[in-house]
Amino acid sequence: MALSNVLETPAAGFNFDNAARNAALEGLFDGGQTPKPLKTGTTIAGLVFKDGVVLGADTRATSSEVVADKMCAKIHYISPNIYCCGAGTAADTKKTTEILSSNLTIFSMNSGRNPRVVMAVNILQDMLYRYHGQIGASLILGGVDCTGSHLYTVEPYGDVDKVPYLALGSGDLAALGILEDGFKHDLELEEAKELVRASIHAGIMSDLGSGNNIDICVITKQGVDYIRPYQESEYKDERKMKYKYRPGTTAVLTEKVVPLKLEVVQETVQRMETA
Amino acid sequence: MEKHFTDSKVKGVSTGTTILAAIFDGGVVIGSDSRASIGGEYVSSKTINKVIQVHDQIFCCMAGSLADAQAVTKTAKFHLSFHSVQMEGPPLVVAAASVLRELCYKNKEELQAGFITAGWDRKKGPQVYVVSLGGMLISQPVTIGGSGSTYIYGYVDAKYKPNMTREECQQFATNALALAMGRDNVSGGVVHLVVITEKGAEHVVVPGDKLPRFNDE
Repeated sequence: MALSNVLETPAAGFNFDNAARNAALEGLFDGGQTPKPLKTGTTIAGLVFKDGVVLGADTRATSSEVVADKMCAKIHYISPNIYCCGAGTAADTKKTTEILSSNLTIFSMNSGRNPRVVMAVNILQDMLYRYHGQIGASLILGGVDCTGSHLYTVEPYGDVDKVPYLALGSGDLAALGILEDGFKHDLELEEAKELVRASIHAGIMSDLGSGNNIDICVITKQGVDYIRPYQESEYKDERKMKYKYRPGTTAVLTEKVVPLKLEVVQETVQRMETA
Repeated sequence: MEKHFTDSKVKGVSTGTTILAAIFDGGVVIGSDSRASIGGEYVSSKTINKVIQVHDQIFCCMAGSLADAQAVTKTAKFHLSFHSVQMEGPPLVVAAASVLRELCYKNKEELQAGFITAGWDRKKGPQVYVVSLGGMLISQPVTIGGSGSTYIYGYVDAKYKPNMTREECQQFATNALALAMGRDNVSGGVVHLVVITEKGAEHVVVPGDKLPRFNDE
């Protein structure tokens, strides 16, 4: 147990303290309406092909009706052979995947082994279940390890499913339609990339919360190909004005230099043991 | 996810299911459908596995909230594995059912999961136990559970006989699950059956198009 988790896992068994605390907090707000966290509308998808796993995502992050980030990265690095797409609350997906990534890195260093996808899934499931659905992270986790290529989905309440293909996010229904129609076992690389691209594109077209560019991440035994962006939006805007001003644009009227007098108050020397 | 979620009693993904187990002469059959749904509207998985192996010859079927059921069976698997190391032998089926019962009863406020446990052990042979939502544990020769079970109580009461052969019992289980899947909207997909005998466990899958049809044309 000490090898795998840096964070202190609580005592054995279920611990629903946080859920009870949240329920109590809800009562303190007017009409029980707790403040709403920022959600990014999203389309993410993944599928298993002949030689590995392809993950895809759009790149739009929204803050109500405004696009907050046109080039948001939704495919997160977990380990050299495992990547994770995240939908739901932006902060939750980012933080959860970062915690998972650092845990797995320390595990790799301690044990001398590459992490397996199923281990990442178990850590995620334990963490999300402990918070009883309060962490709004819907994740598609994909990777290739010594046991083969795997694709898993982990939902906010902590349920896990092993799947050959999946789409999540607000644009999932449109993307899933394309995937259901085109998916076959053991697709070739180019076909797989095209199918994922088409499904994310469908999500972008049919969902207001998804848009801009499409990122693709291909994971095989040989390595990872993170193509960002794989396809750029046709509605890209070129900035017409330059915002850099050359020195001298603003006239200098006066200049005054005041030297600072510093006094040495205390000096200590600490020996470093480098033997 | 918000748009899928309606006034369902179960938060998140529900197994909304049909599960059953029945004892025959020399073993036990345990089975389920394979559909997972959200809010009674969206099928989030057509191929979810609800029959979990908690030990070599002991299997569990889950019903209720998928997250809660998966978490409980993971914990139970660990406890049983540890128990069998300490006892230096395979655990009894009643031990597996008791582990699940302890978890369900102690956490009854927060959990929404029920189980059917079936298996074979040297002391009592084939057995079936039910652990309900609140943590009640009883032993029965045949039992059904989940939302789809309401549609097949009559069929099970009429058609189940003790000491059937293995083939008869497998057919009985397939028929019962097919009937329930035909009437319950949150049960569907394929039929997963596990047949456990003294020799071991065998997994049988009946795909949707091979299921028996009852006045379906």
